[in-house]
Amino acid sequence: MEHQRRWQGWVLVGPALLVTLALFAAPMVMVVLTSLYRRSGGLTDRTLSFDNYIRLATDSTIHQALWNSIEVVALTVIFSTLIAYPFAYIVAYKVPQKWQALVLLLTVVPFWTSYVVRSYSWLLVLAKNGVINQTLVSWGIIAEPFTMANTRFATVLAFVHFFVMVSTLTIYASLRQIPRNLGLAARDLGASPLSVFLRITLPLSIPGVVVGAFLTFVLAIGDYITPQIVGGGNELVLPQLLMLQVSRMGDFPLAAAMALVLLIIVAAVYAVSAKNLTLERKR
Amino acid sequence: MKLVRSGLSWVYVLLIFGFILMPVVSLVVFSFQATNLPVPPFTGPSLRWYEALFADSRMIEALRNSIVVGVVSGFFSTALGFLAAYGLARYRPRGARAIRAIVMTPLGVSYLVIGFGLSVTANELALGRSLVLVTLGHIIINLPLAFAIVLSQMRDEDENLEKAARDLGAGEWTVITRVAIPVLLPGIMAAFLLSFTLSWDEFIIAFFLADFDVTLPIEIWSQLRTGLDAKTNAAGTLVFAISLVALTLAYVLNRAVSQRSRRL
Repeated sequence: MEHQRRWQGWVLVGPALLVTLALFAAPMVMVVLTSLYRRSGGLTDRTLSFDNYIRLATDSTIHQALWNSIEVVALTVIFSTLIAYPFAYIVAYKVPQKWQALVLLLTVVPFWTSYVVRSYSWLLVLAKNGVINQTLVSWGIIAEPFTMANTRFATVLAFVHFFVMVSTLTIYASLRQIPRNLGLAARDLGASPLSVFLRITLPLSIPGVVVGAFLTFVLAIGDYITPQIVGGGNELVLPQLLMLQVSRMGDFPLAAAMALVLLIIVAAVYAVSAKNLTLERKR
Repeated sequence: MKLVRSGLSWVYVLLIFGFILMPVVSLVVFSFQATNLPVPPFTGPSLRWYEALFADSRMIEALRNSIVVGVVSGFFSTALGFLAAYGLARYRPRGARAIRAIVMTPLGVSYLVIGFGLSVTANELALGRSLVLVTLGHIIINLPLAFAIVLSQMRDEDENLEKAARDLGAGEWTVITRVAIPVLLPGIMAAFLLSFTLSWDEFIIAFFLADFDVTLPIEIWSQLRTGLDAKTNAAGTLVFAISLVALTLAYVLNRAVSQRSRRL
């Protein structure tokens, strides 16, 4: 009986496993293999070599793009967390319980526009003749519209906009799990509100911060749309350079090597933060 | 002091709302612009860009493609995810931990890398780019989520219902369709609707794998090349409205289902 049940378990799990192998594992193997091919004379040469990795190590354009990516994503993580934390704190502790769900619902409204549309809507706001510039000019605050779209600032702003929503949710979830009695007890024992925050609330809400930061990092580092639409082509990030290899150069092998760089960065960040990646309370 | 602090809190909340909602509000407001450019001053309200949108056969085609790809990929992700979660939780096969890890792995990889991998593989197999490939791509990104959602809803207590059904002579198929699925329906619906929403919104995989027939995000993208355009605002607003309807539906369904199951 036990034996038969295990066998049935495999039958139920099997389709999902097969699909994962065919549509995920096999393509990843293909990426690794392709990264070892070479592009020569407009054709892909299938003799295996480390040429693409040598290019990764020596090409300054690629280094610049990688550095741009890391800088943009780091700024995004820092600013989203700094903006989201006080907001999540206010929602969790200052907003009456019955309004909290509504406030959070309003916070994530832009989630439900499509990703492409959301990036485009930032262009509306930031363009030379866009909402901000026109408003400031008509109020006489500035004489000339200034350039905001197609800059790194615009990319970071659009990223922060999206990831404030993500981090607010994860930090809020963490804050709500902290038993109120802990703070009350500390206050009874003479702790100041500041030290309650620094020594109880903040440390216990770190899981929410870490999960939010991790999601932000993983989703932003591999994103092509926001940098392309809002940031423009002046300072390329790694996904933009990768897409350039695919669409303009037809250099799939080099693009494959870049894809593996992205994969390894994410895996490394995951490995570092893995043990903190849970929103459930530790017992 | 307390008053000042709560005043500051309110100001902060309003500032954040302004920041978060500004792009969406600009999008929606200027979709009703009467003139060509979706920038201030507001010259509407006018529906001319919606008329232009519905007259655009490529846009309508893309809308239909997106719905089909979303429903089909959502169905398969949810079905595969449900079966795997059910098999794992109820039969505890050898290597359950490894199975779980394998099914969840795609979640940790950028869509960009997954899309690129599928496109390289399709090239290798000489498969032409098509909406079928896009659907396959969306199945693989949503399978881990559907699996995780259903798994999180599986409770050990419910196993007794399944055992009772078996004792009464039900075969495994009957147990799944008549007991397990109805009990897990809220989770299954949530998994399906989330998969649909993510597929509906997904850009980069579709960009890699679609050919002449495209999904809505790709069509909007290709219209973006002309710069700011009130018609793009109209398209964006429509996408937004459809997502809101789907979500409200999900919410109402979920409530109805959970109320019914409470009565049982």
